[in-house]
Amino acid sequence: MARITINGKTIEVADTATILQAAKLHKIPIPTLCHHPKLTPFGGCRLCIVEVKGMPKPVTSCTTTVGNGMEITTSSPYLQELRKTVLELILSDHPNDCMICEKAGDCTLQNLAYDYGIRENRFQGERRTYAKRDNNPFVERDLEKCILCGRCVKACDEIQGVEAIDFGYRGFNSKICTSYEQDLDCEFCGQCISVCPTGALTGKLWIRKGRKDHQEEVDTICTYCGTGCTITAHVKDNEILKITSKEQTMNEGWLCVKGRFGYRFVNSPERLTRPLIKRNGAFEEASWPEALDHVAKRLVEIKAGYGADAIGGLSSARCTNEENYAFQKLIRAGIGTNNVDHCARL
Amino acid sequence: MTKNKTVVNVCMGTGGMASGGAEVLQAFRAELEAAAFPAEVKEHCLAHRVGCRGLCAKDVLVDVLTDGSVTTYQFIKPDMVPRIVTEHIIGKTPVAEWQVGEDYENFHQKQVKIVLSDCGKIDPEDPDDYHAVGGYGTARDVLTEWLPGEVIEEIKASGLRGRGGAGFPTGLKWELGRKARGDIKYIICNADEGDPGAFMDRAVIEGNPHAVIEGMIIAAYAIGAHHGYVYIRAEYPLAVERLKLAIERARRRLFLGRNIFGTTFDFDIQVKLGAGAFVCGEETALIASIEGQRGMPRPKPPFPVNKGLWQRPTVINNVETLANVPYIMRRGYQWYASHGTERSRGTKVFALTGKIKNPGLIEVPMGITLREIIEDIGGGIEGGKKLKAVQTGGPSGGCIPANMLDINVDYESLAKVGSIVGSGGMIVLDEDNCMVNMAKYFIQFTQEESCGKCVPCRIGTKRLLEIMERITKGQGKEGDLELLDTLSNSIKVTSLCGLGQTAPNPVLSTLKYFREEFEAHVRDKKCPAKVCKDLITYSIIEGACKGCGACLRACPAGAVTGEKKKPHKIDPDICIKCGACFEACKFKSVGRD
Repeated sequence: MARITINGKTIEVADTATILQAAKLHKIPIPTLCHHPKLTPFGGCRLCIVEVKGMPKPVTSCTTTVGNGMEITTSSPYLQELRKTVLELILSDHPNDCMICEKAGDCTLQNLAYDYGIRENRFQGERRTYAKRDNNPFVERDLEKCILCGRCVKACDEIQGVEAIDFGYRGFNSKICTSYEQDLDCEFCGQCISVCPTGALTGKLWIRKGRKDHQEEVDTICTYCGTGCTITAHVKDNEILKITSKEQTMNEGWLCVKGRFGYRFVNSPERLTRPLIKRNGAFEEASWPEALDHVAKRLVEIKAGYGADAIGGLSSARCTNEENYAFQKLIRAGIGTNNVDHCARL
Repeated sequence: MTKNKTVVNVCMGTGGMASGGAEVLQAFRAELEAAAFPAEVKEHCLAHRVGCRGLCAKDVLVDVLTDGSVTTYQFIKPDMVPRIVTEHIIGKTPVAEWQVGEDYENFHQKQVKIVLSDCGKIDPEDPDDYHAVGGYGTARDVLTEWLPGEVIEEIKASGLRGRGGAGFPTGLKWELGRKARGDIKYIICNADEGDPGAFMDRAVIEGNPHAVIEGMIIAAYAIGAHHGYVYIRAEYPLAVERLKLAIERARRRLFLGRNIFGTTFDFDIQVKLGAGAFVCGEETALIASIEGQRGMPRPKPPFPVNKGLWQRPTVINNVETLANVPYIMRRGYQWYASHGTERSRGTKVFALTGKIKNPGLIEVPMGITLREIIEDIGGGIEGGKKLKAVQTGGPSGGCIPANMLDINVDYESLAKVGSIVGSGGMIVLDEDNCMVNMAKYFIQFTQEESCGKCVPCRIGTKRLLEIMERITKGQGKEGDLELLDTLSNSIKVTSLCGLGQTAPNPVLSTLKYFREEFEAHVRDKKCPAKVCKDLITYSIIEGACKGCGACLRACPAGAVTGEKKKPHKIDPDICIKCGACFEACKFKSVGRD
């Protein structure tokens, strides 16, 4: 443990913690843009700078580990001025079209501009403009809004292990791109979208479907597999507009392509909402008791007529372990055959 | 070097090669082969290639060593070779009019050569040549007779500091490297010399790659590393070639590899080529580059000495630092520390360029005054112009104005006036240089070379550049200078790595010492040095024009009109302000305002 002083308040934290982690733990606010708690520190946005007594100049709190006896100041007119300059520089190369941006209301950069009261900008000059549109099916990439925080690059590399994107070019022309600037062709897990602090990355499925306001957030469990990721459905007028996942879930906020983008079946007119029984060559709607009785009756008939081995069971990877266990019990003990398998083996 | 033999040393550093050194060497070899007394000449005369001699302005330089005396010739072309062979080598009478003059003597007189002591004397491609002057013998002695701790103490006592720019004490770095926990450690030689106008490391590697290799062997032994890397830029093909050859040949002589010098110590060196990014000279970016990643710096700590290449303890030293090591170990720390000042010991190699009479590569004791370098070694300003400033440290450095010429050149003194020793670039500027334009150039360089990782460097330097651009275009606004100052200081404090932290230095130092020049651009829309194109106009001074037509012929844009023997005219709308008419006019009748 290390004893440190932040803004005059002495606290004890693990000596492996960074200044930023220590401050967060004690609810001391430090602005950040490139930092993400689940990703390795980057140190690129320079907003989390703090003053440490004895150090010649401010240090980034996201990359500096605490040391016993450290005296830290997280806010001072000097630091505020430096942070404001950094923000002004970012905003001088940003479209500043919050009125029509998908991210408005949920944008870290917008919130920081609000916090620091930036309306006038001392810096004006060239802005990066990109004409090319990425034709992939899921991820809208608006690189003009990109602040090069590198969170998407790190999520892609450190979480997903895909490395579909990285920094390219140099100087002012630096940008996040794929190899040879081809259209994004990856797993489309959308981790990059979930970590983007601005409107640079958006899901194509929810563009122009409405912003954060007037949406109801409903936490639920993804039904795609037995992992059971906690997802949050953003619902408006009984329609799912998008799926996200919160950091404090067992899946730490990470999702796969199905969990994040495969939700449109919910409102699909083709979706089965009631059991169907085939009668005279055509499916007819039936009630649940009716359908279950029918299945039970036929199983008993088949077993009696042809023996238990004439029956086989195939269960789904979308079921939980418990459900799969119950299913094989039904087939083995209830029906009496070992003909049971699982779609994940196919 | 062989006794009683005649040796011809032809300068074949980059400067020598560019001036035709290879052809001169070839001519000597052919001429000696076909000489009047073939047997005698062939047997007793060797023509060598050697590395940079320093005074590139006089290339191709040729030394003729005969009967124990040395004669140096300058500006040698292949067609001059037969006469030297006939009159001097065979006839024993040096060709007086081709010999170097006073300039050459002065150029060398105030220099103290340690790192460069064998450059220009030995064949860089032949380890035996270096061996003959004591090379590799030092490493052998160190490995067999010294303890690693003793080596570190010796280097610490010598006062050697990093020659890459920051001036960190080398002995201390090695000590930290030795103490760092880890079974695998690395030594890296940083040869990613990228400052515009700097060519010290290049010349050292081209002239004597063995000293660098030997320095690395000693460093590796001191810190306990068994693997070394030389990170060298691919734009230095000759240096790369000679280095690779030197390593290969050193391996063959068991100076590198397993059980080197017959000891139990293993050490080998791998050469890694940089792909041209300036930022890869920054040590954490350099490490990322060797690891195969994009060259982007990461915040320190952890310092490479604890967590460097592949997360292992890594000591990174500059070429010149390492090349000093064998000489210190050979002659002792006291000898080395006797050069230089109290806190900056030894010598420093500088690449002296710009508006100087004798540009070239120089090695001077630390603490020498800038005046001695400019006036005595460099021979003063070219063309009788007035010195305006000296830029040191390249894009990370600053300008020292002419009235501070008596400043001592060492780490502390230069830092005090807002510049740095840096890796050793020294650009001399005269009254024809516009300081605003010069600062703009460096900002443009750092902006283009920024890796893009941190905001102040990526966007901050861009905004700095834009402000500088508008000032040089006559569009400067009230408050621009204050904004330059604020932004520069902010970039210095908030940037992630050394590149961004030092990028505003050229702006800040010129703003400090040449503020009136900035003001002239902003307020009067004038460029006092008449460099910034948008702020000057060319016109014919009517009464003075003789109508010779020289300007008309010189103008590439067709802006000059006029009949022969009648005053000409320049159409300002067509004029591209190239200055060709100004240069062409013999009667000083083209005005530039």
